[in-house]
Amino acid sequence: MTKTHHDHPTAWAPTPAVSVRDVQVSLTGTEILHGVSMEALAGEAVAIMGGNGSGKSTLVRALVGAIPTSAGDIEIFGKRRSRKGAARVGYVPQRVSVAAGVSATAREVVISGLLRARQLRPPRGARALAEQALESLGIPELAGRDVGRMSGGQQQRVLIARALVRDPDLLILDEPMAGVDVPSQDALASALAGRKRAGAAVVIVLHELGALAPLIDHAVVLEQGCVTYVGEPPRALGVHALPGHDHDHPHSDQPDTPASTFSWAVKS
Amino acid sequence: MSLLADPLVQRILIVSVLVGITAPIVGTYLVQRRMALLGDGIGHVALAGVAAGWLAGSAADLAKQDVLAVPGAILFAVGGAVVIERMRARGTAAADVVMAILFYGGIAAGVLLIGAAGGTNANLLGYLFGSISTVSWSDVWVTAALAAVIVVIGLGLRQALFAVTHDQEFAHSTGLPVQALNMVVAVLAAVTITVSMRVVGVLLVSALMILPVAIAQLVTRSFTRTMTLAMAIGAVLTLTGVSITLNFNLQPGALIVVIAVGVYVAVAGTMSVLHKRTRTRSEVAA
Repeated sequence: MTKTHHDHPTAWAPTPAVSVRDVQVSLTGTEILHGVSMEALAGEAVAIMGGNGSGKSTLVRALVGAIPTSAGDIEIFGKRRSRKGAARVGYVPQRVSVAAGVSATAREVVISGLLRARQLRPPRGARALAEQALESLGIPELAGRDVGRMSGGQQQRVLIARALVRDPDLLILDEPMAGVDVPSQDALASALAGRKRAGAAVVIVLHELGALAPLIDHAVVLEQGCVTYVGEPPRALGVHALPGHDHDHPHSDQPDTPASTFSWAVKS
Repeated sequence: MSLLADPLVQRILIVSVLVGITAPIVGTYLVQRRMALLGDGIGHVALAGVAAGWLAGSAADLAKQDVLAVPGAILFAVGGAVVIERMRARGTAAADVVMAILFYGGIAAGVLLIGAAGGTNANLLGYLFGSISTVSWSDVWVTAALAAVIVVIGLGLRQALFAVTHDQEFAHSTGLPVQALNMVVAVLAAVTITVSMRVVGVLLVSALMILPVAIAQLVTRSFTRTMTLAMAIGAVLTLTGVSITLNFNLQPGALIVVIAVGVYVAVAGTMSVLHKRTRTRSEVAA
């Protein structure tokens, strides 16, 4: 699964893995992002943080091309975002989309991660690659099980295996820790650390740093569709240094979430 | 056996098996995407296409007025499918509202057009409820060709179509041509409906796409197995229904759907009893 540094000379070039410049996004006539800029370098983990409705998920959905931008530029490894360039990206959307109308096994879901712009059928050995990815997340025994009947943590690990099976140089995750049990949080944190060590850039939407705190190199804070802070992760600066911080905690109803090193939310 | 020697019976059985196998292929993708009723929406548009074909046939003074009915149905069904998909993708309207508009628009246009063509609503009945007893060898060849298209594309692009119908947002991120693949599903649905129209009629065509998948879902846990089993169930259902109507004077389309609903209820009941027993045993063991 992992690559050596020699496989990807570009990973060490100064070109950012992802570069967002003055991006605006409108959904159903309402502007959600008002000129957002950010960057993530190879081997770096960037947390996108902010309260509910701040535009975090909209930003990552625009990054992966799931929604169009109305202005600004998004470059992936120095090139304008394209379907072909998406081959180097692994995306973990919010878990709500995991259970569709027909049952699907974890293996089937992970194999779908092996498809690309011009590869509409999985390559040879897809099954073994999928099982290897599930094993790296500590759930090899779930390969033949229906994803819709798994726990939240197990489903999240399957979705991360689906992104990792692509062997991505840029990993984008949207709230991967929401409603996830502690063992799954640990498995997820170690998988991300492994990917980062291999030189991949990690962009991760988080409501709180939690178990991922040691991984994060810097944070981008969004508030009402604008970047209000870029720099050290908030734990180093202290909670009260952030603009608009209060102690609301929208996820406090989730019993699985462990006491985090830092938690915050911006009032919308 | 003597019945099987009859060319009409042969044609009926061939068309039934082809429809039974192909309808659940597209049905699986529609259920996967939670658009099980799409078939109904497109079916009603196909009916307007039948009437439009009829009108064109009488305007051109063709000997057989209904010779353009099936081409009309294909044209309208594909057009309707493309419109539904574009409106859904652009978020112009909610999917169920788009389908409702097609339902009403399709059936109303069908009735008006058939009237304008000098026909009666009775002429539409064959398409509404199916008319397999009038199937000709040329119908068999058209059905076989369209069924081949559905099998080749529906099964050949299985993984890509699964990716798009399972999680569209992730599919976008991989670089897959999401819009084109969504369009493939919509057009395949339109082709399937026109193919199945002859056996079960447009009113029940969606049932043949969805019910075998619903039955297979009760006993399988994998997407591929659900699709394969649904194809087998579809073939058995259509063959059984049509075979019964060869001996008894019953409407084949309606009979096939009633049998399918019966099988669904029986399997669901059995699974529920089995599930309860397993749970009781494991509780006793604990």
